[in-house]
Amino acid sequence: MMNACPEKVIRMMDDYLDGEISPSEEKELKDYLQSCSDCRKIYQELTKTIAFVQSVSHVQAPPDFVQKTMAGLPKESQRVGVKRFMRHHPLMIAAALFVLLMSAAMMSSFSDDQQFSFTKQENLVVEGQTVVVPEGQTVIGDLTIRNGDLRVDGELEGDVTIVNGQYMASSGVINGEIEEIDQVFEWLWYTIKGTFQDAMSFFGGDDQSIEE
Amino acid sequence: MDALVNKRIKRVMKGDQDAFAEIVELYQHQLFQICYRMLGNRHEAEDIAQEAFTRAYVNIHTFDQNRKFSTWLYRIATNLCIDRIRKKKPDYHLDAEVKGTEGLNMYSKIANDEELPEEELMRMEVQERVQYEISRLPDKYRAAIVLKYIEELPLAEISEILDLPLGTVKTRIHRGREALRKQLSNL
Repeated sequence: MMNACPEKVIRMMDDYLDGEISPSEEKELKDYLQSCSDCRKIYQELTKTIAFVQSVSHVQAPPDFVQKTMAGLPKESQRVGVKRFMRHHPLMIAAALFVLLMSAAMMSSFSDDQQFSFTKQENLVVEGQTVVVPEGQTVIGDLTIRNGDLRVDGELEGDVTIVNGQYMASSGVINGEIEEIDQVFEWLWYTIKGTFQDAMSFFGGDDQSIEE
Repeated sequence: MDALVNKRIKRVMKGDQDAFAEIVELYQHQLFQICYRMLGNRHEAEDIAQEAFTRAYVNIHTFDQNRKFSTWLYRIATNLCIDRIRKKKPDYHLDAEVKGTEGLNMYSKIANDEELPEEELMRMEVQERVQYEISRLPDKYRAAIVLKYIEELPLAEISEILDLPLGTVKTRIHRGREALRKQLSNL
């Protein structure tokens, strides 16, 4: 159909051009091409065709191709975005978290400031704004009192922290340390210390989950 | 390079778009080239290449990481190109009826309908002419020829991209080559 040359020669030509010819057939093909001008012409045209196709210069994607392609993608999940942000900006995250926790702690402490509160322990009695350890009773555990006073008539086994209040001299016994915090500045410092420790332990514990 | 690509693909699988941007960066020119040679038109090539990347991104979970990523990506792109070519040519179903050795003549007949006049062909630059002749090839020969001679991929990889037995790929390359030889004989 396409020429008068034997099919075998055409097949050998194809094998040769595919780079899949045996050395013996390659020799056979070359010998044959010497003897047949029609076959030689086809062979030359084929190699010329391949050269032409290969010579087509390589085109490049347009310069904004990546940007355009990315803009066309469906949006990524937010979780990954946050994760990547944390991976790339650990300090920023630390700072932001610190500020956040700080302000949260401050806010809550400011509102708490106005209220009378104390650690609930067994045997404690409250008289107005005063927490009382009654005579003959023993309270075991630490005690924190805000905006109130403390009077110990019995025995207290634990440390005491009093914010905006005072420890009133009394006949009881306290087996622990007493800390009175009256001034706003001191209270702030106390809060900051606590928050900072919270923040540090938060980062210490969360490291693995960020790194996966 | 494969290890680098696989690392990025793992991140893409978790939904990380930045990692995918690096993949696009890496393969954009080759993919665009395939589409351009298949379609013969920059605008369409850009369109289809973008679509191919988008599909790869959306279907990244179906990619088998033990295989070569480029093979998978090129396969998406060539399929999209073939779809596009067939949509442009509504009478392409003729393809189904012409199997075997008669195929070439039938294809040439279809191609001849769109043939440019001789004098116009003569005015073309060589590169322009070659592209024109490639785009006149039936789509299945075109894909095989582009992957073999422009992307210079090994036959085994072409067979994987086109999802065809090696023998079929060879046949298509041989027929495409023969068709091009005839089309370019006056050059």
